[in-house]
Amino acid sequence: MQEITRKLHEITTDKTLSPAQKAHYLALEAENLLPYPALDAKTQQALDERVICDLYEGHAPYKPRYVLPDYSIVLKQGSEYLELPVPETLDEAINTLMIAYHHVPSVTGMPVYLGQLDELLLPFCDGVDDQELYNRIKLFWRYLDRTLPDAFMHANIGPTDNRVARTILRVDAELKQTAPNLTFFYDPQVSTEQILAIATNSIVECSKPHIANHPMHVETFDERGYGIVSCYNALPVAGGSSTLTRLSLKEVALRSKGEADFFDSVLPHYMEMNFRLAENRIDFLFNESNFFESFLVAEGWIERDRFTAMYGIYAMAEAVNVLQDKEGRAGRYGFDDLANALGHRISRVLAETVEQRPMKNVWRGHAMLHAQAGLSNDVQATPGVRIPYGTEPDPVMHIQALAPHHQYYESGISEILTLDETIKDNPEAMQQLCKGAFSCGFREFTVNVASNDLVRVTGFMVRLSDIKKFNEAKGSRTNTTALGAEAADIVNILERKPRVMSHELRPGYGQ
Amino acid sequence: MSSARATVSKILTYSCVDGPGNRLVVFLQGCNFNCSACHNPHTIGVCNHCGDCIPACHAAALSLEDGEISFDPVACDMCDACIEACPIGANPMVRQYSIANILDLIRKHRPFLSGITVSGGEPTQQLKFISELFQAIKSEQEFSGFSCFVDSNGHLGAANWEKLLRFTDGVMLDIKGFDDSLHEELTGKSNERSLHAARILYAAGKLYELRFLLIPGKTDNDAELNRLIEFVESLGKDVRIKLNAFQHHGVKGKALDWEKMPQAGVEMAAERLRAAGIQNVVTPSVYI
Repeated sequence: MQEITRKLHEITTDKTLSPAQKAHYLALEAENLLPYPALDAKTQQALDERVICDLYEGHAPYKPRYVLPDYSIVLKQGSEYLELPVPETLDEAINTLMIAYHHVPSVTGMPVYLGQLDELLLPFCDGVDDQELYNRIKLFWRYLDRTLPDAFMHANIGPTDNRVARTILRVDAELKQTAPNLTFFYDPQVSTEQILAIATNSIVECSKPHIANHPMHVETFDERGYGIVSCYNALPVAGGSSTLTRLSLKEVALRSKGEADFFDSVLPHYMEMNFRLAENRIDFLFNESNFFESFLVAEGWIERDRFTAMYGIYAMAEAVNVLQDKEGRAGRYGFDDLANALGHRISRVLAETVEQRPMKNVWRGHAMLHAQAGLSNDVQATPGVRIPYGTEPDPVMHIQALAPHHQYYESGISEILTLDETIKDNPEAMQQLCKGAFSCGFREFTVNVASNDLVRVTGFMVRLSDIKKFNEAKGSRTNTTALGAEAADIVNILERKPRVMSHELRPGYGQ
Repeated sequence: MSSARATVSKILTYSCVDGPGNRLVVFLQGCNFNCSACHNPHTIGVCNHCGDCIPACHAAALSLEDGEISFDPVACDMCDACIEACPIGANPMVRQYSIANILDLIRKHRPFLSGITVSGGEPTQQLKFISELFQAIKSEQEFSGFSCFVDSNGHLGAANWEKLLRFTDGVMLDIKGFDDSLHEELTGKSNERSLHAARILYAAGKLYELRFLLIPGKTDNDAELNRLIEFVESLGKDVRIKLNAFQHHGVKGKALDWEKMPQAGVEMAAERLRAAGIQNVVTPSVYI
């Protein structure tokens, strides 16, 4: 008990946290005083050894990890529970959403999904001129960043070219805020070249939006739709994901004698442990927490049977390199064809196993594979299936090496391409890269432009200037900066290599 | 298909600074200028197989076979010691490419590319190869919409430009200086042909960009900037002008004693051009 009292004291007296941030951490500590949902001995051992991990979701999952309400319900019906009438004007619609967000839980305590905002707001825009629309979106955006300061919070727009989407892109590039994060759904059959150009120009300005390959996601989900939330997770709308448990492929590879042992025995064993960990958490959420008694279900914002389980994996790069070493092969992940092919085989086996393993209280009866973007304290383990920081080949080769993985990761895979700022003079190049990435099977296209203050760290956005301030112990208004500062210190994340520095011709042969 | 082959220093599959969009860039070895300020001096010379680089290679990637330098790219660890050792500013790591080789590369990376740019060195030194390469690209339906650009010092003769332009979409042309004796001091050659090339290219609607390298105390003075403005006015004020800043990165020899061009100086020069009514002036996005 002394240990915990010391920790609580530390939180309450921390110089860098706001009272709200302290309350959040205190609540987490309180939850974790409860016993963990009972695990069998083998699963417990795998968890203790950190081969599998629950991403510190807490000991008593009383809310799903990610909740994606269908906000069109509250905009069409109002809410009895919240005593909200049906909105009729744009102001009322935005106000209704602003209220709604505060009732949507997630693992961070803040909403991760703000809705398909252009689709939601367009019906309220008749008779609103462009200047008025701009003013309202700007205030809305400022409100979101200041009251829900979490970069995991995500707005979606597209694939059509419309006034609201254009205004959001304009305001977002202008304000350069950490929150909200933004994804543009791109469909070559529907989106215009112009809106793609606006989106790619915005990336040059502020490393947002992230661009989703809409046709590929549509094929994965159903008519109710999908949303992109948090660290580029693709999940069913009117549902979400109950949990995200993840498997360290590196740790699995280290426990294997070689490639055959990995595939035949060690990987299947630990995959099963990760399924069981997820099941235990889901059982608590569905059978004990009473979460689904919420008005969110009663009023139809979410449905109990639309929650998937995200099956996360990470450290593919290290796993492949460990197996290459064990097999006496020199080729490295990301650079060597054989090593890359081994990685693709691992992804295929993971996807097949996840598809075939039945799970109770999970959307469609099985989990969805996810390439997990990392935790800020991961050491020597590269997020998802990415090529390690600082060693990536040029962006085109990077995309080509990783593209074959994308088909397998239905609930999302984040690849961060780092481009140097010479791209600022040539936004057409950004557009071409995006199209190229999608044509070879990328699910998502995410870029950091190296000189931007706003950057993605393991999947969420932070401001470099905030990290600097945080490190000088001034504290930060946004919750993710604390994570970002940790990430920068521990995993050299800011060393992610900017590519193609002004294109001086470097004499060395090779890439 | 043509049997023409090119001596290639390096190929990039991603470049956003060598023309519009993302481009495949083929750096061809050998240049007819000898610029002190060159940031790729190892692309100027052409290997004469003297073998002086072999002892410099700690990875044993270089050898002489039948009197010619042989390079093993697998053994090479890219330390560039051979380039330092080369007495004539050449590069023993060059490779030979056929037109079919380049077309295969384009096919492999096609969805990512807006076009190809041949650079160097001076790519027009290998005129037969680039003409035939561009002709092959322009005659194949599968490459429709794929643009062909040249990055050149403009020393190529007028008649040859006419031939090359038939298959070329745009040229980035460097003018190293307007005063002819200054140009000769900087490059070893007169600027007469380069200026003439600019006129031919502009008249043909293929001058994508005119580039001018600002070197403190040499090309950033009033006289040079005024002549640049006059020259652009004589062509047309719509020319896109790219002002480059002399930096030390990659430079060898006496030019390392020259001052680097500061950002403020570049911005001042850009302002002068804009004030003269030249609107499309581009300055570097990065200073190193």
